Amino acid sequence: MTIWLAKNNVKEDIEMRNIYCQTLIELARENEQIVVLDADLMSSMGMIPFLKEFPERTFNCGVQEANMIGIAAGLSATGKIPFAHTFATFATRRCYDQVFISGAYAKANVRIIGSDPGVTSAYNGGTHMPFEDMGIMRNIPEMTVLEPTDSVMLIDIIKQLAGLYGMFYVRLLRKNAIKIYEEGSTFEIGKAVKLKDGKDVTLIANGIMIAEALKAAEILDKKGVFVRVIDMFILKPIDKETIITCAKETGAIVTAENHNIINGLGSAVAEVLAENTPTPMERVGVKDLFGEVGPVDYLKERFELTANDIVRRVERVLKRK
Amino acid sequence: MIKRGDSMLNQKEVNQLEKFATEIRLETLKEIKNLGFGHIGGAMSIVEALAVLYGKAMKINPKEPKWKDRDWLVVSKGHAGPAVYATLALKGYFPIEELMTLNKPKTNLPSHCDRNKTIGIDMTTGSLGQGMSTAIGIALGNRLDRRDSYTYLILGDGECDEGQVWEGALFAHHHKLDHLITFIDVNKKQLDGYTKDINDLGDIGQKFASFGWQAQDVNGADVAKIYEAIEKAKEIKEQPSVIILDTIKGQGIKFVEETMANHHMIFSAADHKAAEKCIIELENKLKEYLV
Repeated sequence: MTIWLAKNNVKEDIEMRNIYCQTLIELARENEQIVVLDADLMSSMGMIPFLKEFPERTFNCGVQEANMIGIAAGLSATGKIPFAHTFATFATRRCYDQVFISGAYAKANVRIIGSDPGVTSAYNGGTHMPFEDMGIMRNIPEMTVLEPTDSVMLIDIIKQLAGLYGMFYVRLLRKNAIKIYEEGSTFEIGKAVKLKDGKDVTLIANGIMIAEALKAAEILDKKGVFVRVIDMFILKPIDKETIITCAKETGAIVTAENHNIINGLGSAVAEVLAENTPTPMERVGVKDLFGEVGPVDYLKERFELTANDIVRRVERVLKRK
Repeated sequence: MIKRGDSMLNQKEVNQLEKFATEIRLETLKEIKNLGFGHIGGAMSIVEALAVLYGKAMKINPKEPKWKDRDWLVVSKGHAGPAVYATLALKGYFPIEELMTLNKPKTNLPSHCDRNKTIGIDMTTGSLGQGMSTAIGIALGNRLDRRDSYTYLILGDGECDEGQVWEGALFAHHHKLDHLITFIDVNKKQLDGYTKDINDLGDIGQKFASFGWQAQDVNGADVAKIYEAIEKAKEIKEQPSVIILDTIKGQGIKFVEETMANHHMIFSAADHKAAEKCIIELENKLKEYLV
């Protein structure tokens, strides 16, 4: 793991989907076992360039998520390395049993890409808004569950996944991420990244909540509260060691996730704390609610996913120290 | 035109396959009797199909179960596992004594087929409908690798209630999967009763034909006809094939055939007695083949 932090956390110029497509094209040129599947969302995912270069290795299954996951598992049985994408809601709950049985239970080798995490499904609204995807994937034995934070991490993770065997759920922002890492950074699946040091409280976040956590840390800095920020991009296997160390060193934890607080990052961190080093903690995230339609900024306010919500939770947890 | 001459078995070959089917039936019955319960109905109804596949049609090597150029079998009705295990053991994939471990703690032979436990099982199944998609994936993978391997798939008729079967039917036709040969075991019963009473499937072959598949109807107890149908399916290009097996749930085991609720049976004392009688009958039948 080599980490170079970006000096400014600004919106990236290139969308995550384009990075995903470009990375897969580069990998597929070198490794002919790589195949791509989609369920009628190839254009939304920006995967047309891959289709054009590798038509034989691209399977657009139409609107058939269950069939797509089973086909991916079957392809992997013959040695292929499938990357299967659809919206996160459909990639998880729509075909949960196929992921579970044809995939994980059968010990298949499939990378499932679920796009448009949480509130970023914005105008598609409640039916398309996954607040539970990481949670239900986390419940599948031997499943690796992660959410790349920005384009630099995405490239590195996708390259790593091409060479690993197993079942992987990659929750993926389709559009522009906030830049967190500089080019050349590399990551270890299973190892969280410390983005900022601090002694009073640790913020453990993932996905779009990383940028909010960094903003919250700045606000708190000015108030004289020194916050440590951890990028827990890997939900399973979660980095227990980092959680325990941070709990011991800062004495308070706040988690922040663009997901239901039930069975997501907050739950996973709470499990580690409760069993190892009980520590005051608070969870920022969606409080067991269905999604709804609207622009991302509105939805972040609506579901209390802003830097200010994090600040409030930090202030609350500090009183419990 | 179909070249029928090559697809016919001679009498000796028919006898061999019938004998193999009898052996599979006997071993399957012994497995389930030994355990005292099991999915006997749907295991027995695919015995002849298994005998033809492993006895003649499939390109396999029991000494090298994962041979890359082999033909594959996905038994999507995974609860027929005991019949598949009997077949594999008889072919030498693993010792025949292992059949007596069916469903015992730490066994390699669970109720439903598991590719990570049983040598020779190509795909884990048990959640109905899913074998359709995994078989398609296997067929696609082998086609990408330019292998001449066939993927065989066995679905139950009750299993065709699952929407995933029809997702796959649509897809396999669109992708012209002529190396996917599917059997539907039409034993006319599902767990809760007759398929026609629960969710009438109508003419399954016609339904697949309307999805663009080549469909054939055969007597699922006739090894010669099953073999002919497979050979005919292989002649079809750029189209997946389905072979509708007309079978009886519990096929070839009289007391099971005559039991209405025979999807899963817990053997009573009378069933054990009837099974003992069947075992003797099947053993005697095997002796006749030796003559």
